[in-house]
Amino acid sequence: MLIRTLAAFLLCSASAHAQTEIQWWHSMGGALGERVNELAGKFNASQKDYKVVPVYKGQYPESMTAAIAAFRAGNAPHILQVFEVGTATMMAAKGAVVPVAKVMADAKEPFDPKAYLPTVSGYYTDLKGNMLSFPFNSSTALFYTNDDVLKKAGITAPKTWKEVQAAADKLKASGQQCVYTTAWPSWVHIENFSAWHNVPIGTKQNGMGGFDTQFTINSPLHVRHVAMLGEMAKKGQFTYAGRTNQGDAKFSSGECPLFTGSASAQAGIRKAAKFQWSAHFLPYHDDVKGAPQNSIIGGASLWVMGGKKPVDYKGVAKFFAYLSQPEVQMEFHTSTGYVPITLAAYQMTRKTGYYERNPGAETTIKQLTNKAPTENSKGLRFGNFVQGREVIEEEMESVFAGRKEAKAALDDAVKRGNEILRKFEATARN
Amino acid sequence: MEKRVVFRSAWLPYALLAPQIAITVVFFFVPAGQAAWYSFQLQDAFGLRSEFVGLQNFEALFASPQYLQSFRTTAVFSVLVAGCGIALALLLATMADRVLRGALAYRTLLIWPYAVAPAVAGVLWAFLFAPSIGIVTYFLRRFGVDWNWIINGDQAMLLIVIASVWKQISYNFLFFLAGLQSIPRSLIEAAAIDGAGPARRFWTIVFPLLSPTTFFLLVVNIVYAFFDTFGVIDATTQGGPATDTQILVYKVYYDGVKAADLGGSSAQSVILMFIVVVLTALQFRFVEKKVQY
Amino acid sequence: MVENRPGLNLLAHAVLIAGVLLVAFPIYVTFVASTLTLDQIMTVPMPLVPGDQLLANYSQVLKAGTTGGSQASVAQMLLNSTVMALAIALGKIAISIIASFAIVYFRFPLRNFFFWMIFVTLMLPVEVRIIPTFKVVSDLGMLNSYVGLTLPLIASATATFLFRQFFLTVPEELAEAARIDGAGPMRFFLDVLLPLSKTSIAALFVIQFIYGWNQYLWPLLVTGDESMYTVVIGIKRMITGGDAANEWHLIMATAMLALLPPAAVVVLMQKWFVKGLVETEK
Repeated sequence: MLIRTLAAFLLCSASAHAQTEIQWWHSMGGALGERVNELAGKFNASQKDYKVVPVYKGQYPESMTAAIAAFRAGNAPHILQVFEVGTATMMAAKGAVVPVAKVMADAKEPFDPKAYLPTVSGYYTDLKGNMLSFPFNSSTALFYTNDDVLKKAGITAPKTWKEVQAAADKLKASGQQCVYTTAWPSWVHIENFSAWHNVPIGTKQNGMGGFDTQFTINSPLHVRHVAMLGEMAKKGQFTYAGRTNQGDAKFSSGECPLFTGSASAQAGIRKAAKFQWSAHFLPYHDDVKGAPQNSIIGGASLWVMGGKKPVDYKGVAKFFAYLSQPEVQMEFHTSTGYVPITLAAYQMTRKTGYYERNPGAETTIKQLTNKAPTENSKGLRFGNFVQGREVIEEEMESVFAGRKEAKAALDDAVKRGNEILRKFEATARN
Repeated sequence: MEKRVVFRSAWLPYALLAPQIAITVVFFFVPAGQAAWYSFQLQDAFGLRSEFVGLQNFEALFASPQYLQSFRTTAVFSVLVAGCGIALALLLATMADRVLRGALAYRTLLIWPYAVAPAVAGVLWAFLFAPSIGIVTYFLRRFGVDWNWIINGDQAMLLIVIASVWKQISYNFLFFLAGLQSIPRSLIEAAAIDGAGPARRFWTIVFPLLSPTTFFLLVVNIVYAFFDTFGVIDATTQGGPATDTQILVYKVYYDGVKAADLGGSSAQSVILMFIVVVLTALQFRFVEKKVQY
Repeated sequence: MVENRPGLNLLAHAVLIAGVLLVAFPIYVTFVASTLTLDQIMTVPMPLVPGDQLLANYSQVLKAGTTGGSQASVAQMLLNSTVMALAIALGKIAISIIASFAIVYFRFPLRNFFFWMIFVTLMLPVEVRIIPTFKVVSDLGMLNSYVGLTLPLIASATATFLFRQFFLTVPEELAEAARIDGAGPMRFFLDVLLPLSKTSIAALFVIQFIYGWNQYLWPLLVTGDESMYTVVIGIKRMITGGDAANEWHLIMATAMLALLPPAAVVVLMQKWFVKGLVETEK
């Protein structure tokens, strides 16, 4: 005990009494940013060797650009929060990033990949089972209903897309201007849609098996689904709101009674909605074998940047160990709506009766773990997928605006998407 | 034009020029050179690996229907912005030239959109035209127009044209007013004595005499539509829906920053540089003509 | 006016008033929105008379931005914009006037070469070389600083050109008289040229202040820290979600704060501004 204290004292004085600072760049604004600051603050208070400094760097694309520029200039942060579509880009940047598994092993921190929810960790793990980045805020897509409006029109919450269309007809007839809207169109209607129906988004296990993957989102099922959305748009039953979470507001203001969006929208809906609402599983096509399978996550993970001193990485490892503690996870999960990343945290939350008091909160986890994931539903990994997603959304928008047929649009999305994948492959191969 | 009386000094002119040249080299020529260099490379986002690929980035651009489409979008957008901006400003200037009373007041009230940033103009008009809560949207709906610029590309284009033109009217107005006021009264009086009415006088005398100003403004407005409207677009449509409002300069930014495609973005920058050189050369050729006019 | 046509005069006034209203309408709606609560704005249609939240909204944004999205204080942003606009305006004028003086009033080797070097930059607006310029600034460690915000924008050729045009119209006799009096070039510059250039300088100040204040793309790239946002960027960053989730009353208050200083500069210095814009650009 005395020796340990002495050693610690010597170490401290060796580093000139300064704590090791760990820079953490993130994109959580507003209330979420306060949660981030709380996490860092509590960690800093729990020990004296390391100080995590969170810095809000703007939204995900901007903070990623800033981090890349900083890395090129030699002063990248230690931890960078990167959204899920940036995973392949980060993964291919060998030398710029250090896999989390390695960071934890080098620091001799206890780390058991099996303790994490498989659908969550699977997204950020390579084929050999090494976790590359630390899952931080994960959500999935849910289906929200304005129960007051549904009750008045005499409809029960739809479970299949056929039921959604029937409900839409009824709601439109009863005078609703807007019936259904969505957020994150590609994430909901292509990516999650494919996983939920156990069909591939791309070859090679949705890109996890190699950079030579190709998109497969122009299958007859995909075409049929997007065409259905186009039809609904034409009939005024589907009001397009934009590529990000612009649809959230249309639901919580009461304008549109049916809505598909991220689970993380619940915080905002809870605050703003002046009506009864509930969250459900995504609708599915009941004539597809295997549906519903399980949905995939969205959100972001924490990547560790390369080129830092070993003592810094020890601090990062300690911070990640702290974040994995069930109490910390439970606190974060219940206050934000994001999914708890470990099974232990999930059980702990269950025991407190939280899900009885807040039914919508468990829907997320239940949907993610509906069935054991197949190779079509572990997640996806496409290079330059920021561009890829925008291409898919551009083509979907032409369908919703009535300018293109679904088949032509999805064929073009595949063609243009594959060009982007090939370009990424070329840069990643050298 | 040269000065007859000049000073001579071995070092003073260099010292005076030094700050400007230094900044010009560091922040203009070095980046421009780098843009040209990157345009021949294929790089990953982090710059860890790069490969010389010659003209491949340029070939890919010209083979991409989206890039060619953005040429068309930019052309349509600039013609609309320049055309409407000039026509409206000319109308207002002509009217202001007629009225003696209150001319100064009108001028004061009409020039201050010049002070508004294009991005702020975009935000203001997007607010007015917001699909759910916009006040103009509300009136349009009353007249049966279903307004949703988030999905309707033509409406999105209309929105950014309106915001851009609104901002530019004052600039054009000032130039036209000055131009009108420099037309000799004697010419107009002579025509009036000959029996020409105001409309005829305008089209046969005033408008031709204004042509240097009109041409000058045409070039300035087109350059404005090409570049300064970036703020309008980024604050409102961000190039959407489905690339309907993605003008060339926005694509350069998007590909370079959001998509981390440095090679493609730099190639687009190089192409844009050529276009700007042509436009500026045109403008200067013409300004010389005007001086002799 | 040549003949008296009351009908046409009436039409002229009508058109002008319509123009003024069209120009003023968005600003008026913005102002009204900045004095309402969010709920009032969200109920369609929005009221068109000012509300009572003026003090509440403006003090909120000045202190701590919006409550949901960006929480940077607008007061800080206004400070950043002011520093940026002043630095660019004054810096540009200072550098360009001496560079122009050198080009016009001296003969020295490479004079034409430097002249064309500056001329060429007219053809390279910042948007065209935006990514590499960002990289240069990043390599120099100037990101997120006032220096990084202003320095790259200080050396454009327009001011140099304007001064050159002006200097060419200055009578030769003045320089000759200075030479005869034995005054050196800097004496000539400070005692004769500078006072003569007052109007051009004033005009350029207005134009460059507005240019600096309204910069968008460059500050967007160069600032990541909230404490360095300019007010124009700050507005964009307050718009987080769809058009119902934004705190429009606060965003509109910020928009008013963003456009009042440059508008004040334009209106107060109108005389010089118009003169400078129209006459020196020709």
